[in-house]
Amino acid sequence: MSGWRGKGGATIDRQRPIAFTWAGRSYAGFAGDTLASALLANGVSIVGRSFKYHRPRGLIAAGLEEPNGIVQLETGAATIPNVKATQIELYEGLAARPVNAWPSPQFDLLAINSLAKPFIPAAFYYKTFFWPSWMAFEPTIRKAAGLGVAPQDHDPDSYEHSFAHVDTLVIGSGAAGLAAAEAAAESGAAVLLVEVDPMLGGGLLATREEVGGQSAAAWRAAVLARLAAMGNVRTMPRTMAFGFYDHGMVALCERVTDHLPLERRIGPRQRLWKVRCRRAILATGAFERPIAFSGNDLPGVMLASAAQTYALRYGALPGRRLVVATNNDSGYESAFAVQDTGAAIVAIVDSRTNPGSIADLARSRSIQVIAGSAPLAATGGRSVKALSITRMSGHATQERLRCDGILTAGGWNPAVHLHSQSGGSLAFDQALQAFLPAGAAQNTASVGAAAGIFDLARAIAMARAIGRGEQLPVAVPARAIGPTREFADGDIAAQTAWLDFQNDVTVADVQLAARENFRSVEHLKRYTTLGMASDQGKTSNVAGIRVLSHLLGKPAQEIGTTKFRPPFDPVTIGAFAGRAVGENLFPLAHIAAHADHVAAGARMEGYGAWLRPAYYAKGNEAEEAAVAREVLAVRNAVGLFEASPLGKIEVKGLDAAEFLQRMYVNDVRNLKIGRCRYGLMLNEHGVVYDDGVFARIAENHFLVGTTSGHASAIADQFNEWLQCEWPHLRVMVENVTTAWAVMNLAGPKAREVLATLGTDIDLSPSAFPHMAYREGHVAGVRTRIERVSFSGELSYEIAVPWGYGAALWRALLREGRKFGITPFGIEALMTMRVEKGFLHVGSDTDGTTYPQDVGFGPAIGKKIGDFVGRRSTTRPEGRRDDRRQLVGLEVTDGGGPVAVGAHVLWVNDIEASRTRGWVTSSVMSPTLKRPVAMGLVAGGFDRMGEAVRVWHLGKVRPARIVEPRFYDPEGAKLDG
Amino acid sequence: MFLIDCPYCGPRAETEFRCGGEAHIERPSPHGEVTDEAWSNYLFYRQNPKAEHRERWVHTAGCRRWFNVARDTVTHRIIAVYAMGETMPAAAGEPR
Repeated sequence: MSGWRGKGGATIDRQRPIAFTWAGRSYAGFAGDTLASALLANGVSIVGRSFKYHRPRGLIAAGLEEPNGIVQLETGAATIPNVKATQIELYEGLAARPVNAWPSPQFDLLAINSLAKPFIPAAFYYKTFFWPSWMAFEPTIRKAAGLGVAPQDHDPDSYEHSFAHVDTLVIGSGAAGLAAAEAAAESGAAVLLVEVDPMLGGGLLATREEVGGQSAAAWRAAVLARLAAMGNVRTMPRTMAFGFYDHGMVALCERVTDHLPLERRIGPRQRLWKVRCRRAILATGAFERPIAFSGNDLPGVMLASAAQTYALRYGALPGRRLVVATNNDSGYESAFAVQDTGAAIVAIVDSRTNPGSIADLARSRSIQVIAGSAPLAATGGRSVKALSITRMSGHATQERLRCDGILTAGGWNPAVHLHSQSGGSLAFDQALQAFLPAGAAQNTASVGAAAGIFDLARAIAMARAIGRGEQLPVAVPARAIGPTREFADGDIAAQTAWLDFQNDVTVADVQLAARENFRSVEHLKRYTTLGMASDQGKTSNVAGIRVLSHLLGKPAQEIGTTKFRPPFDPVTIGAFAGRAVGENLFPLAHIAAHADHVAAGARMEGYGAWLRPAYYAKGNEAEEAAVAREVLAVRNAVGLFEASPLGKIEVKGLDAAEFLQRMYVNDVRNLKIGRCRYGLMLNEHGVVYDDGVFARIAENHFLVGTTSGHASAIADQFNEWLQCEWPHLRVMVENVTTAWAVMNLAGPKAREVLATLGTDIDLSPSAFPHMAYREGHVAGVRTRIERVSFSGELSYEIAVPWGYGAALWRALLREGRKFGITPFGIEALMTMRVEKGFLHVGSDTDGTTYPQDVGFGPAIGKKIGDFVGRRSTTRPEGRRDDRRQLVGLEVTDGGGPVAVGAHVLWVNDIEASRTRGWVTSSVMSPTLKRPVAMGLVAGGFDRMGEAVRVWHLGKVRPARIVEPRFYDPEGAKLDG
Repeated sequence: MFLIDCPYCGPRAETEFRCGGEAHIERPSPHGEVTDEAWSNYLFYRQNPKAEHRERWVHTAGCRRWFNVARDTVTHRIIAVYAMGETMPAAAGEPR
């Protein structure tokens, strides 16, 4: 066969030729062509090679159900794999090539697989390549199979997301969709009409039928003019509804620039829409079914409706002498359309014994009608040369028809995908031999061919009624299809009778699956791959289900369909990502003096939601050296650290103290106004969840400090407990973390720097002792200062309104210069807290750590009353005496720091013994000039001074369990 | 994606909310008298019905208030939305 350009073509513009390349060769089409129609018109008969056997394949369909015309579009970073040629609008300079064909689709070396066809049935790979393991064979098999090639570079295109809320969403703009949209709009509803094709009209664009006495084109134009005149209808062509989710949520993918030449594309390539609709009308049409017969995958065998579309829309024909095989009237309509466009119809082979008046119409067009017969085998090498037919009951050749193309009309499968995704049920219709929408789970209604209504006048009338909001009973299709020739189990011809063209699944494969007891339709799919891959069986599923039904003697309704899941048709990953790519994927928040840190040489790193200075490198200074320098500066003079991300939650109200008493492990009620206290919070499972310092600002007003990572989570938990468990407590909670920037001034000279900067707060140790809270002004700005320390030195956490943060940072650095002030980062702070043995929740604790494991047992013992998590800490697990407890660890071999995560073993343990615990924090102390570490060790509190061994990656080092207080154990520095 | 009718803000998309699990879980007390078994039931044991289910949700990207939702776990139909501390509206079904 060889396609060619005949007469007509309703949607192409023959005055505007368009040049494109296919597989490296230049061709020309017309504006309005798809790549598929242009290839067909240019006589390109082989568009690809099949997935498994590399058999030559031609176009079968004209729409998104096309299984064969899978192409690699464009090259380099802009390349898109596995697009269907039927969905690509031709544009100037388009370059595409087939997938899965090497070196070319005309001559494919791997077609040798086809010779081995009898030896590669369904599941052949699973059964054969299992020794020594599937992994050994997979790379080679994957290379031989497979489709297009994913781009290696970043996607240069941009994508975006949009949202819409409408009363009525109409999906599909054929006759039924247009009628429903107009009727809904007339009733005042806000209507959104979406259509996957670039032109509205659906089947109206490719039919010879009349509507209400006028041509389909005229009727379509009139309705579109009326819709355009109404203010409450929005139409979106090039937009596919691909997912129906809960509560009227429908996802759309709009192709914004895909139809333009590459150099003319501006703005987002595609737009993903999330539409919430009160009602959805599904006018999604139907897909025609292929007919299974030997050799039905030869290039030149095409769906009759596809040939009709190619002929009437694009003037393109799949051949010059065509046989039409049908089991219903629609095949005749297709035959007439291609005949009118210029092809000869050799014969119409109809499985029905009495085709009725339509056959007389065919004969009046000088077309031979062979009734009661069905195709047996197509023959030809790389394209169709002839079709053998047989009586419906027989298996012997009745006649051999010479032809260069075969059009098959095997009946129609309503596109029930979105109906099913919405939760609606399906019913198998005997007359149509197809699944129809039955009960709706949401406010949806199917109209037109999607509901099995193929008669135009009836479809339009019903769609108008449904559009107006009338409740109609489920429609009964008027048209029945003729019988289907079945294959006997084991029929050799079944091995070359294709059901799923994209995945190379034949009737014989389904028979094999049934014999091997894969009788669930979901198992059938996985075992044979029927209905997998990018077309998800739009042309093959129902045919496969019918074969299974015939073999098992079980009604198709009982077999059912595989689950319909979004997307209806593949959607590019970029559309889902939208703008959430690169830096926008997880944007990190900037702290108040971000620019100053960067200018000061800070190495900024992500810590939770924040970008923070890890350390400040001087010149080429290495991290270790920089951290040591920063630590010594704080210990010996003064350092400055921006602590703005520290969580700050205001808790206010008559019951504020009572509420916090229930949230903290510690006592809260006896805290004096103007004082701070370190507190531990648990979750209800008793696990240490967060720690921080809380201050009592006034009798009924607290400022709760949390770790930087948990600020919003703690505020959320406070609200949950208040609203859900203790709604009678009179407390308000507000997370003010980002309202206050915090600069931490730490070191023996911190007081002098702060005094030099100027404050109305009395900084003398007696007036402002360690663990006190004061309000006032610093450098003329309102401030809240907590004298608290995570470094172990004299330390002020100075909070000012966020906008003053950067100015405060600069002022402190300026005034601190003569005291040797040094900015320090997180790594120096973490080093200092390990030197002090201060706990870091999440490092020194895990999801099994109770408060008694980190030294809070006595505090809990003294506390009266309940708090979150309390009861959990005394469950049997909490009373074990071998609980892992937080202790200090010192290596005793004079070497460097042990690795975090290294295992602690008793001295007598053999290496393979169960772990006794592990190292949780470990640093080289710049202050003490020796490594210090902490770890969670079984029964560690009672093992102070004991020698242990630390195992890491096969190496064992001696160490000793010690109190986790390495630097200034008395805390004298804190009170300085 | 659900459309949840927040009692304080009106219907909003599910992404604005967070589900806090089964509603109407009673916290045993006083803590000193609760048995291990009762406490474990409270911590770990939840209904998982293939039917109507009561959950508590919070409008995290809105009013930040908690409320109860009665939802069918099969059809995802939301049968009722009612305030914290209230029992299920009688018209929608009997409270447990």
